[in-house]
Formats: sequence, structure tokens, C-alpha cells
Amino acid sequence: MPWETFAHEADVGVRGSGATLAEAFAGAAMAMTAAICDPQKVGAGVTVNIECAAPDLDLLLLDWLNALVYEMATRRMLFSRFDVRIEDNRLAATATGEAVDVGRHAPAAEVKGATFCELAVRQSPDGTWTAQCIVDV
Amino acid sequence: MDLKQLQQRGEFEWLLPATGRMRVPGVIFASRELVAAMDEKVREQIANVAGLPGIVSAAYAMPDAHWGYGFPIGGVAAFDADDGGVVSAGGVGFDISCGVRTLHTGLKLADVERDKRRLADALFARIPAGVGSTGTIHLGAAEMNAMLKGGARWAVAAGYGSDADLAHIEEHGCVAGADPAAVSDQAKKRQRDEMGTLGSGNHYLEVQVVSEIFDAAAAAAYGLAAGDVVVSIHCGSRGLGHQIGTDYLREMVVAAPAAGISLPDRELACAPLKSSLGKRYLGAMRAGINCALANRQILTHLARGAFAAVFPGVKLPLLYDVSHNTCKEESHRVDGNKRRLFVHRKGATRAFGPGHVELPPEYAKVGQPVLIGGSMGTASWILAGSAGTEERAFGSACHGAGRAMSRHEAMRRWQGRALVDELAARGILIRSPSLRGVAEEAPLAYKDVGAVVDSSDRAGLAGKVARLTPLVCIKG
Repeated sequence: MPWETFAHEADVGVRGSGATLAEAFAGAAMAMTAAICDPQKVGAGVTVNIECAAPDLDLLLLDWLNALVYEMATRRMLFSRFDVRIEDNRLAATATGEAVDVGRHAPAAEVKGATFCELAVRQSPDGTWTAQCIVDV
Repeated sequence: MDLKQLQQRGEFEWLLPATGRMRVPGVIFASRELVAAMDEKVREQIANVAGLPGIVSAAYAMPDAHWGYGFPIGGVAAFDADDGGVVSAGGVGFDISCGVRTLHTGLKLADVERDKRRLADALFARIPAGVGSTGTIHLGAAEMNAMLKGGARWAVAAGYGSDADLAHIEEHGCVAGADPAAVSDQAKKRQRDEMGTLGSGNHYLEVQVVSEIFDAAAAAAYGLAAGDVVVSIHCGSRGLGHQIGTDYLREMVVAAPAAGISLPDRELACAPLKSSLGKRYLGAMRAGINCALANRQILTHLARGAFAAVFPGVKLPLLYDVSHNTCKEESHRVDGNKRRLFVHRKGATRAFGPGHVELPPEYAKVGQPVLIGGSMGTASWILAGSAGTEERAFGSACHGAGRAMSRHEAMRRWQGRALVDELAARGILIRSPSLRGVAEEAPLAYKDVGAVVDSSDRAGLAGKVARLTPLVCIKG
């Protein structure tokens, strides 16, 4: 599940890739955690279920990341493990993580929302999936 | 930006002629150097905004314009509902009514220098800052709705500040037409524990000293003198505003084709002002503005408590409060005719000139205070709305420096600890829960705010009144 963050003038881009769409979505979620703090410092104690559906894959990625933003904000959690299943533009996933510990996680920024900027879900000719967008921090 | 695409209309004014899908031209207010340094994406975004239905006069960009989402940050555009005009969730942004307020302290530099460390610690202990922080106020459903309707007025009635504060806030601290029912339950849930929190990223509370006065008359009207210590708070509508932005951007993108709107960039998502979706968004967005005003009012109360703990008896009256990310219904004269317009300011400040009816009487002669946030190590500025600014860009000016480099690049170049030590050696105390956050917000990651305010001054948007130098910065 390769993932990376990428540069934007004011905010941060998140990108995941993989052999399957689900892997790419999980990678994008991991990259979003990395925009906040070092994901390796986030333990795995609490699991949250997330489900969303959208008319297309771009919106599905947006809904997935924004569902995570909502769970992080309302549960005051960070996530470091993602198990994603996608079928017919419907996503069912679990996100596992722990409560924010400011001393240990030293979160640098709070993600306000995933945006349509640079939003793209694509499959390359070799079959690899990529899912990305800019998140507003 | 390639200057060959623009026509220079004055030393600080550049026209992007209407071509292709553009219904009106674009106008950029900035020096040649600032325009040349702007990303090509800014030109593209100005052109896209200029193509939206019902846009009036021009799509404007302020001197600090940079690549945003749909609209450039530093973008101003007005729409007429009777002419098929739209309201754009992208044109307001995620952090609805993010803004700055500045408070007097009645203290001089020498007073604060003696107890600066104690003051920094007292502020850091009392101002909830950073990811995961919560306020001491937890709103139930009825109180949440009352806050969304009442804004800073609700906060004052709840004991956070005084009526005198309200006179120095845009719309007297409460924007009319807020509709709590148009705000999703998710947005309200995100806000339940976040009242009176600063947030993170570029949000801060700063203690500053007036290091230079540029306009004696305006400074006198604003009650500012060299050596005075002030407090500036930069933050917005927290989780509620972010969720309203998320909810309505998506809904507007999906609804656009049926409304006959073709979006060159989905982030421009908008809806006709007269449509049910447009009206619902206006109601929700106004609730978001009130949330930001209430939040800054509560933070003001917390700052007053911290100051009183270190300097007993000190008062912190409000100089002014401005919002950056808004859409406001205002009257403007266009080609000699008075029209009601919906003015979007995305990363831009309202800057009404002298004599405007909405100014408090004590500021009426000199124009509206325009509070410009800087970065931790540089300067912030207080400007005054210039005469004639309503004819230039619907009474708007810049809002800050704008980033010069990405967070990635800033993290690569600076280390938080070293930066905190370096700033401390220069007399600036930083308090933050995250050293990485400090590195991402390194002063040199921002453009030269001095060049931005010079352009604003010379372009006739808002004139320089006072420069503020940081002493203490509480970073989220």
C-alpha cells in the first residue's frame, strides 16, 4: 500500500497507490495521517467502521477522506490502519487508531477537509490504481 | 505569472482581458514584482471565477493572491441574484469567516518585557490550541442553535466580554439570516466541544508591539501609539465551518449540471442565489460566520483572563474584528447604480473607506481597520480602508502575506526546535504543542508581508497605519 504526501502552495496533497482500488484508497488515508503526524507513532487500539457511497470514484475518495476527517475530529483520534473494500462505488472500511496524545503524536496540523483540488482516481495501463487530492490544513 | 497576458492600468493595477468563457475581465492589484511571482494557476483561477454566472464588474485579486481552491486565495467577486448570480461554497472556503481581531492592552513594551515569559505561559495554559484540543464549553442542541443565530452577541450574553466589544465587530458581531437548520448534524457535532479553541495550521494568538506608525490620524482614531502592546487572534469557525464547506461543496458539485452550470473546476462549486440550495448554503454559511465570531469572542475572554493573571486590573478593549472567508450581501454602486450584491471574499478583507455607514463612529473619518496577519517572526499590520475603495474592488483589501513555499519545503529547510530557539534569541517567545507545526509555519515560508501591504497602500485599497512586531506567539 504505497502512499505519499505531495507539495501544494498552501496545503498538502495526499496520494495512495496499489494493485487494487481499495489499496489506493487506504494509501491516501495513510498519507492524510502523515499530513498530521508521523503515522508510525499512532497505535492501534480503537476500530471505527466507515461506509460511504458516491456517484463516481472521485467523489467516493472525497467522501472516504472526509468521513475520516469527521471521525478524527469528533472522536479526537488519529488512524494508522485501514482495511478498505470497494464494490460498485460503495465503500466499507475499518479505520484503526487511538486517541490523540499531543505529547507523543505532536500533531502539526488539523485537516479541515479533503478538497476537489487535484482530486483524481485513476488506473494506469499496467493496472495500478492511484487515488489523490489536496487536503486543506 | 506571465505579464504579457495582462494589460497594465496603473503602477499597481493589471487587467486580464475577458476572453473565452470569461463574462467579465480580471483585475489584479499588486506591484509588478508580486504579479510576476504569482503562480500561473492564479491567472487560471481568476479567469474561471470571471466565467461564473451573474458576476458583476470583474474578478479581482488582491496583492497577496495565491493558488487556492477554485477561487484564488486573495480573490474577490460579486454576484447579482437578479442576474442569475451564484453563491459559491468554494468561493468562501472551508474555514468560513476565518479572521483576525486585535485587542488593546493599555500596556507598553517595557511593562510586558518584564513578565513576558510568565505571560506566554499563562496564555498557553488558557488558550486551547492544536489538534485534539477542546474548549471548556460544551454546547447542547438548543444552545448550539442560539450560538449559530447570535454569534458574538450570544457569547457576550453568555458572559464572554461586553457590549462594547460588539460595536467593533463587522455586523456588530452577528450576521443576519443565519439558518441553524441548514447546518448538518455532523457539522454541529464537530463543533460541540470546539468553542473557544484556536485550531492549528496558520492560526495563532500573538502579543505584539506597535513598532511604527505610518498614519498619525488613523492611529489616533484607532487608539494606537508606538510602543503600545496589543493582542491579535487569528482563527475561524473551527470544525463547524469546515464541515459546512465539505457538505455544500459536494452538494453543489452534484447539483451543478441540473442548474445549467458547467464548472471548469469542481472546486468552484456554486448554486444560483435564488435556488433552494443557494439559499440553504447562505443560511448555513452565515451560521458559520456567527460561529467564528462567537469563537473569537470566547478566545478574547480567555486572553483577558490570562492577561489579568499576570497584570492585575488590565483591560483589553477590542480594536476591531475582521473576517476573511465570507460571502456578504452588500450595497455597492456599479456604473452609477446602487445594487445589492453578494460579495465573496476568499482570503480577502472587507476594507470600507472613510464615511461608510457601517463603520463605528470613532473610525468613520479614517476608514475601517484592516488587520493583516503576518508570520511568527515578521510583522503584522494594521491598515485603514482607503477612500474610493468601494469603487475599486467592492471595498476589499489583502488579508496576509500568503505562503512562499509549501509545508513540505518548509519542513525540509527548518527544524522546529532550532526555530523556536532562534526566535527566542530575537525576543519572540513561541508556545506550541507541535514543533513540526512550528517548522511548517516558519516565518520565511511566507512572502514578504511588507511588499503586500505596500501594494495594498499604493493601489488605493487600504493604507498603512501601524506595523506590529511579535513578542509572544501561541501557535496551534
